[in-house]
Amino acid sequence: MTEKTRTTGVSRRTLLKSTAGLAGLAAGSGAITGFPYVMSAEPKVLRYLGTAVNEGDDISKQCLKDTGIKIEYITATTDDVTKRVMTQPNSFDVLDTEYFSLKKIVPSGNILALDSKKIKEFDNITPVFTKGETPGGKKIGGQGTAPWKVLYLEGKDSKTFSKTPTEFVTLIPTVYNADTLGIRPDLIKRPISSWSELLNPEFKGKASILNIPSIGIMDAAMVVEASGKYKYADKGNMTKEEIDLTMKVMTEAKKAGQFRAFWKDFNESVNLMASGETVIQSMWSPAVTKVRSMGIPCTFQPLKEGYRSWASGFCVSKGVSGAKLDWAYEFVNWFLSGYAGAYLNRQGYYSAVLSTAKANMEPYEWAYWMEGKPAEKDIKAPDGSLLEKAGAVRDGGSYEDRMGGVACWNAVMDENDYMVRKWNEFIAA
Amino acid sequence: MDMSEEVLHQAAPGVIPGSGTARAAKPARLSPSVISWLQAGPMMLVFVAFFLIPLVFVVIVSFWDYNEYQLLPAFSGRGYTDTFEGCIDKLPELCTIGRTYVMTLKLCFMVWAITLFIGFWVAYFLAFHVKSKTWQMGLSLLCTIPFWTSNVIRMIAWIPLLGRNGLVNSGLVKTGLVNQPLEWLLFSEFSVVLALVHLFTFFMVVPIFNSMVRIDKSLIEAAYDAGATGFQTLVNVIIPLAKPGIVIGSIFVITIVMGDFITIGVMGGQQIAAAGKIIETRVNALQFPAAAANAVILLIITFLIITMMSRIVDIKKEL
Repeated sequence: MTEKTRTTGVSRRTLLKSTAGLAGLAAGSGAITGFPYVMSAEPKVLRYLGTAVNEGDDISKQCLKDTGIKIEYITATTDDVTKRVMTQPNSFDVLDTEYFSLKKIVPSGNILALDSKKIKEFDNITPVFTKGETPGGKKIGGQGTAPWKVLYLEGKDSKTFSKTPTEFVTLIPTVYNADTLGIRPDLIKRPISSWSELLNPEFKGKASILNIPSIGIMDAAMVVEASGKYKYADKGNMTKEEIDLTMKVMTEAKKAGQFRAFWKDFNESVNLMASGETVIQSMWSPAVTKVRSMGIPCTFQPLKEGYRSWASGFCVSKGVSGAKLDWAYEFVNWFLSGYAGAYLNRQGYYSAVLSTAKANMEPYEWAYWMEGKPAEKDIKAPDGSLLEKAGAVRDGGSYEDRMGGVACWNAVMDENDYMVRKWNEFIAA
Repeated sequence: MDMSEEVLHQAAPGVIPGSGTARAAKPARLSPSVISWLQAGPMMLVFVAFFLIPLVFVVIVSFWDYNEYQLLPAFSGRGYTDTFEGCIDKLPELCTIGRTYVMTLKLCFMVWAITLFIGFWVAYFLAFHVKSKTWQMGLSLLCTIPFWTSNVIRMIAWIPLLGRNGLVNSGLVKTGLVNQPLEWLLFSEFSVVLALVHLFTFFMVVPIFNSMVRIDKSLIEAAYDAGATGFQTLVNVIIPLAKPGIVIGSIFVITIVMGDFITIGVMGGQQIAAAGKIIETRVNALQFPAAAANAVILLIITFLIITMMSRIVDIKKEL
C-alpha cells in the first residue's frame, strides 16, 4: 500500500534514475541535438514525472506488457513536480499533475495542448470533469480550481483557459478523490458530523491539519464556514480580507494549543493517527485505509458541509514530438482503458473512465467501492493484502454520494503570494 | 602528498640559485607562492564553482520580481519589503520575520550551550582519560551512531519514545510520577532541542577533541607541579588551549541549526517557526526571489554571529 500512496521527497533511487535519464536524454535524443536517429532502433520509453499516487510498479509492468512502452518514473511531491515543470521542462515526457497546478503550469507554456480526438475514451470520461456533475446528475460544488474550469484551452498554442469545450485539452483526467477529516472513533466515542469539530476545544492538542498552505487554508475555510463565522464567495479564491479572517481563526486555535502537529507527508499523517497523537485531522483516503490495516479503528468521516476534492491527470511536455508524442497518446489511451482505472479504484481513489474500470473489476468489488454497498466478500488491495472484511461499508458510501458531496476543489488563489506570507505568519505565531 | 612535500623542500629554503642547473631536467623551480596557489587551487575552484557563483546568483535573484509561474529579471525589492512586512507598523509587537528569528536564535542558543557542555566533557574524557589510541578512535566512532540512519527515520523514531502513548510517558504514568501523559515531550521546543542535540553533539566533540589531544601533557604536569587544583588547570590551561576547537565546533553547530527546518519541522510538529522553513515555503510556492531574499537575510545573520565568534578567538592564528 505504501508504495502506491503519496510520499514526499525524491528517493535516492528515483533521483539517480531520473538524473541518469536526463544524461541519457542529453546524450541520445535526436530531438535535442538535432541529429537524425533511427526510430525503429529506439525502445519505447516515456519519462513519467509525478507524485506517487499513480506510480505503481504493477501499472508500469502491465503497460509494458500491453503496449511495449517502458515507463520511467520520476517521483516528486506535488510542489516539486510543479517546480520541475517550470525549471526543467525537458526532463520529462509525460506529466502527472493536479488540476490546480495548471494555473501555474499553463501560463509557463511548458506543456502541450492535447488533442481530445486522439483520446479514445474522451467522451466516456466521467461528467464530473466535463460538466461538473455526477453521472447521476448531481451538481458538484465548483469552488476553487474545479477541473472543468481549466480543462480546455482556447487554441493549440493558447495560454488561456476556454470556458466552453474545445478539442485542446490541458490535462487528461485519470484519478481523483473527495477528501475529508479522518477521525479515531474509538477515542472520540461520539458521532462527528461537521468540519467545525476540528476546532472544538474538546479535541485540544489532538487535532491536525496539512502543512501545505494552499490545501491547509481550504480545510481551514471549511471549518470557518461550518462554525458559522463567515460565508465565502469562493473558498478557493479568497480576497485578502478573507485570508486574514481565516488565518486569524486558525492562529487563535494554534495559540490555544488546539493542534498537536501539522503534517506534510502521507506517512506522517498515518503515524499521528495510529499513535493516538491526534484523534481528528485532515487526511487522505489511503492513509485512513493504512491506519485501519494496522488494526486501529479510523474513519474517513463524511461531513455535512461536504468534501474537498482533488483531481490529477496527464499532461505532455512541450518538448515531446514525433514518434514520442504518439507513444504518449498510446500510453494515455492505455491508462484509460481499464486496468489502471480498476487498480486505482481498488485503492479507494476514483478512475476517470468508469465504464472501462468497471469491466476490469469483480462485481462485488465495484459494489463495495463504487456503489456503497456492504462487501459481499473480503475486500483486498491491489497487492492482495486484506483491506476490509466482508460486510464492511465504505466510509461516505457510493460514488454518487461522495463525489456529489464535493464542496470545493484544491486551488491556487489569485492572492497566492499574500496567502503564503500569511501562512508563514501563522506558523510563527 | 609526498610529491608536494618534496617540491616544497626543494623550493622553500631560499631556493639556492645554481642548484637548479644541476637538476635542469626537473621543472621544480616554482616560487613558494605559486606552490601554495597550486595547493589551494583545487579546493578554491570547487569553492568558486559550487559556492560563490551560486551565492552570487542567489543575491541577484533576490532582487528580481516574480509572478505565479516565472522569475521576472527586473530590479525589485519586493522579496525584502514583503519579508519585513509589518515590522514597523506592528510595533511593539514583533513581525513574522522578527518572531521567526527570535525563535531560531533561541533554539540555536539552547542547542549550542547544551552541545558545547556535553561535547566538551565527552572530548575531555576521550582526550585525557582514554589512554590507548585505538580506544580513542573506537569511542569517537561511537559518537557517529546517530548518523547511521537517515534523518527522517531518526526523527520518526522519537514518536514511539516521547509520544503521548510512548515509552517515556507510559513509564512515568506507571510509576505514578505523573497522572497524565506529558504533552510537552513531543512536538515542542523541548523535543526540537533534544533531537538537535542528539544529532549535532558530534560536531562539537570532534574539533574539541582534536584541540585537546594536541595539548602538551607537560603543560598539565607543570600546572600540577605548580600547585594548581584540577579546576584551575581546567580553566587556565585546558580551556584556553581548547578554544580553537570550541569555536570551530560552535560554528558547525550554529550554522547547521540556523538553517535547519527539517528537524525543527518534524520534531516541532511543523508549528515552530524557523528561518529555513520560511525559505522552504516560499520555494514550494515557486516564489524564488522571495526565497532568495530570505536566504540572503539568513546568510547575513549567520555570518554576523560567526564574525562575532571569530573575534573571540583568532582561528587562523590558533591553527
